[in-house]
Amino acid sequence: MDLRKISDNVWEIPKQGEMKVPAVIYSSARLLDDIRRDMTLTQARNVACLPGIERMSYVMPDAHQGYGFPIGGVAAFDLDSGIISPGGVGYDINCGVRLLKTDYTETDVAGKRKELLAEIFKEVPAGVGKGGVTKLSRGVLKEILVKGAEWAVENGYGRKEDLERTEEYGRMKDAAADAVSDRAMERGIPQLGTLGSGNHFLEIQKVHEIYDEVAARAFGIRAAGQVLVMIHCGSRGFGHQVATDYIEVMENAFGVQGLPDRELVHAPFKSPQGQQYYRSMCAAVNYAFANRQMIAHWVRDVFARILGTSKGMDQVYDVCHNVAKVETHEAGGRSRRLVVHRKGATRSFGPGRPEIPECYRSVGQPVIIPGSMGTASFILAGTQEAEGLSFSSTAHGAGRVMSRHEAVRRFRGERIRDDLARKGIELKSTNWKGVAEEAAEAYKDVDEVVRVSHAVGLGRLVAKVVPIGVMKG
Amino acid sequence: MERYKILPHTADGKFQAYGTTLEEAFGNAALATASLMWDWTKVEPRLRHFVHFRGFDREQLLVKFLGETIYLFETKQFLLGKVDGLRIRPEFEGFSLEALLGGDTLADRYPIYGVVKAVTYHDLKIEECGGFTVQVVVDM
Repeated sequence: MDLRKISDNVWEIPKQGEMKVPAVIYSSARLLDDIRRDMTLTQARNVACLPGIERMSYVMPDAHQGYGFPIGGVAAFDLDSGIISPGGVGYDINCGVRLLKTDYTETDVAGKRKELLAEIFKEVPAGVGKGGVTKLSRGVLKEILVKGAEWAVENGYGRKEDLERTEEYGRMKDAAADAVSDRAMERGIPQLGTLGSGNHFLEIQKVHEIYDEVAARAFGIRAAGQVLVMIHCGSRGFGHQVATDYIEVMENAFGVQGLPDRELVHAPFKSPQGQQYYRSMCAAVNYAFANRQMIAHWVRDVFARILGTSKGMDQVYDVCHNVAKVETHEAGGRSRRLVVHRKGATRSFGPGRPEIPECYRSVGQPVIIPGSMGTASFILAGTQEAEGLSFSSTAHGAGRVMSRHEAVRRFRGERIRDDLARKGIELKSTNWKGVAEEAAEAYKDVDEVVRVSHAVGLGRLVAKVVPIGVMKG
Repeated sequence: MERYKILPHTADGKFQAYGTTLEEAFGNAALATASLMWDWTKVEPRLRHFVHFRGFDREQLLVKFLGETIYLFETKQFLLGKVDGLRIRPEFEGFSLEALLGGDTLADRYPIYGVVKAVTYHDLKIEECGGFTVQVVVDM
């Protein structure tokens, strides 16, 4: 494909053929080698052809091939002439990451690490086919879909302060439970409050290095060795069913003729189908916020029980990786409301944005970028430049480079556990095959992903954290 | 003839399923989907679910039919072990499918080693050449 180098970390697919705008790829030459190997660039070009797209079709440094849109793809559409697409959000709606800080240091937990992990493993349901601990009624689920993390806090899961440290304050207000199918409700009921499987994990981590003292302090991160907890999961079967349902609804309403890929099916944002998908998607976002809120509560309980208190365990932030939101951005020389799709991308609002809580408004929002299982993760801060570069978005993780199939052929879960143990990382899992699938070698180098993000200005490096205990679903 | 083949795919699960008829290929595709989660050959068919779907084309029909394996597993803990009486009929607008799914309830004797979360249209192919081949990518 015709790819033009703009600078060391910026590449462009010029506007051609059906493209309404160019595509821009934020990547180093090294990461681009991986990106070129699959369909990422073709998918970014397909996105650039969609009706009402504004500015550019953007590709983040960790991008890889997805369904329809690439994972690591960002695109914004005009509210009147533009579209909304389930393929631009992904199946795991509001797959995301929550980070809790603690007042404990590595030394404080040294002798209790195994116990902490074992107890968290008992408290947080995880793994394949595992139901949640709460038997929900349909009525309660509907309330959760509307209220998100607020419902969880009202029902004793966590603290009120957690809400302001959650994207959207833990609740997307446009959610409507009546736009959600029975099948989605049925899949959602048994899975609330579960971690799930696949690439989802829960880690006890320690701060390895701080790059930006001022932002780190604002985020509650003080020094190397400080213990943190990271929770990575999403909306489980519920979100997958919402995506599946609305792909069918949009196919039936608008047909599939002329689509280069059926996963790119879309509806005008203001059409009934577009609005129903948007409201159901918001419900799935809320489901995932409630899910992470409950899991965070159980983690705090375990820390309190084993170490005496969970007092200092404030939430740093909770970010969405797969979402479409109506936001104000500059486009066509003026400030406008657009529907921004972030699929495998994190919002990266810089200092001053009114959407981020007061406590972070001078440094930018925390951006949490998990590495692959058992490797380093990073905390970044949102930047003002990201607005112009990517509708305020950056990377979301490491990104796969090897198939699950190949990873299982090459690696053994038990062996990975032993290797991690030698590095001082405890691992517990329900499924050793799942561990093999998530081997670090199956992923891109997350250090390079965040280096590019920082160099381009999509997100500013604040701290590097490393795991000391890993729970894998 | 082999029923299906699991293929390598970067993020998720991919397979081809075969049949002398379209019905047989669809049935084998359901077993291939199950094979990514449990060993369907070990599942005793103690329970049966009758299913019926419509699709405006064969691709949509296949996506909806395979989605049922996931739905029954997540909501009823039903493990698919057998597909009987699968029939596909042309309709006024599109196609309909009916089948009797045999299987059992999740239990310790059936280890689960993966979860398929959605059936996608990515790289989905239904091809006729002597027999039928369907190719599917699922989100895991």
